Amino acid sequence: MTAPTRSSPGRTWRRPPALIKSPAWRIVIYGCAAVYLAAAMGSVELDWARISQGLERGARFAEGFLTPNFTTRSRDIWQGMVESITMTVTASVVGILISVPIGIGAARNIAPFPIHSLCRGVIAISRAFQEIVIAIVFVAMFGFGPFAGFLTLSFATIGFISKLLADDIEEVDEAQAEAIRSTGAGWWQIVNYAIQPQVMPRLIGLSLYRVDINFRESSVIGIVGAGGIGATLNTSMERYDYDTAGAIIILIIVFVMLAEYSSSHIRRWAQ
Amino acid sequence: MPVAPRNGQRVWTRRTHAAEWTVWAGWFALAVLFVLSWQVMNERTIWAFVQDAPRQGADLLSRAWPPRWDYVDNLWRPLWDTLNMATLGTLLGTALAVPTAFLAARNTTPSAFLLRPMALFVIVSSRSINSLIWALLLVAIIGPGILAGILSIALRSIGFIGKLLYEAIEEIDETQVEAVRATGAGRSQIIDYAIVPQILPAFAGMTVFRWDINIRESTILGLVGAGGIGLQLQSSLNTLAWSQVSVIFALILATVIASEWVSSRVRRAII
Repeated sequence: MTAPTRSSPGRTWRRPPALIKSPAWRIVIYGCAAVYLAAAMGSVELDWARISQGLERGARFAEGFLTPNFTTRSRDIWQGMVESITMTVTASVVGILISVPIGIGAARNIAPFPIHSLCRGVIAISRAFQEIVIAIVFVAMFGFGPFAGFLTLSFATIGFISKLLADDIEEVDEAQAEAIRSTGAGWWQIVNYAIQPQVMPRLIGLSLYRVDINFRESSVIGIVGAGGIGATLNTSMERYDYDTAGAIIILIIVFVMLAEYSSSHIRRWAQ
Repeated sequence: MPVAPRNGQRVWTRRTHAAEWTVWAGWFALAVLFVLSWQVMNERTIWAFVQDAPRQGADLLSRAWPPRWDYVDNLWRPLWDTLNMATLGTLLGTALAVPTAFLAARNTTPSAFLLRPMALFVIVSSRSINSLIWALLLVAIIGPGILAGILSIALRSIGFIGKLLYEAIEEIDETQVEAVRATGAGRSQIIDYAIVPQILPAFAGMTVFRWDINIRESTILGLVGAGGIGLQLQSSLNTLAWSQVSVIFALILATVIASEWVSSRVRRAII
């Protein structure tokens, strides 16, 4: 064994810094962060009178949340929920159907350069704006209601699925494609026999995950007029009808949990 | 192993008969659901507006172009507010998410029967409600302004960071905990010396990632009155000033791209 180590006086173990190794950079970065924080905190305007007023309202809201009222506006809630689910289903199916060819086109290893850059452009546009911004434009173009929501969610789905599918195709095992190619297979046959079996499990997983996201988003885009449960929630908040709002929020939480649980369950089963 | 008799011989098949029928029934149910949803959506859509869409779109474009670039001078202050909302909200959300995650992780929770389910419930409900809905509630309670935005960003971030962090805590290498415990370390020392160093890089990565998402979300929180550039967007939309809307969209796009660049650089530096 090694010789017993002598404890050297004057030298104690000091814990190495966690994230930033160089001391100079550490001072600079932490200093900048402190200055920024001070400036940012200073820009927050607090109106204590309004807040104390609001606390009473907050208490009423908490009360509404604890005693949710599902019955009075049950027709509106039902309609909003049906619209949300409708938008989720149609947008997921259509969005995924469109995003598969775009995803294939955006993969560098199987698509020629012009198609690749075109499809990557579509993906970039779809990903750059979040759903609400797209919903604003679509509501202005197509009028209020679930159709605008359907288009918004389909558009957002295309960006999400195509990007991840294309990245996945770019990372496939080239040896399998090579093997299929050496049998004299054409482009379609390579995609069908070499690429598709490798990316299919992940595509199914991503699709189910996207269904989950689409439902969450469908509960929000109603706020700008694209139909769904978000519109019902917005209306009930504007009426100060906190009991109904509480009921809607509870419903959203329950449905999101259900969607998340069942999608992860199906994903585990399908993969 | 699933085998099926064919021409008197037992042949390997991918699935059993029952599984095949289940898969087929699943696809059939999806098709039926899609058709039903499509019908519901058709009923609630005013098709006259949809047919009008190309004209509306062209009209919108002609009004939005050219953008009123000098309007950008009114936007710097809201943009600063937006960035502050995202950053302060991320910090607050992270500060709340860390204890929640330690309570929720199976290997660090003080009580698996009481505190762990509570912490998990906090995480799930925070994740289910979009920050825009949080903002809708908080604006009603504490009044419009940047504070409502900060709080709604924070409330949404708890679930995101809490979930990823507690999963990271549950996946740590237990032998390091064992080693530190063998030195006679107490509970907090174990967390400090055995757990924190293992999760710190992942934690920093997910915080920066959430900050990037929060920048996107904070740009639209103003639509419901929670401060930032969304307020300007809302007032421009209300006055149908589409040439200002296009400037705001351009600025949001630039901000989002910049924050994505920053976050990917920082994450690459950390991980």
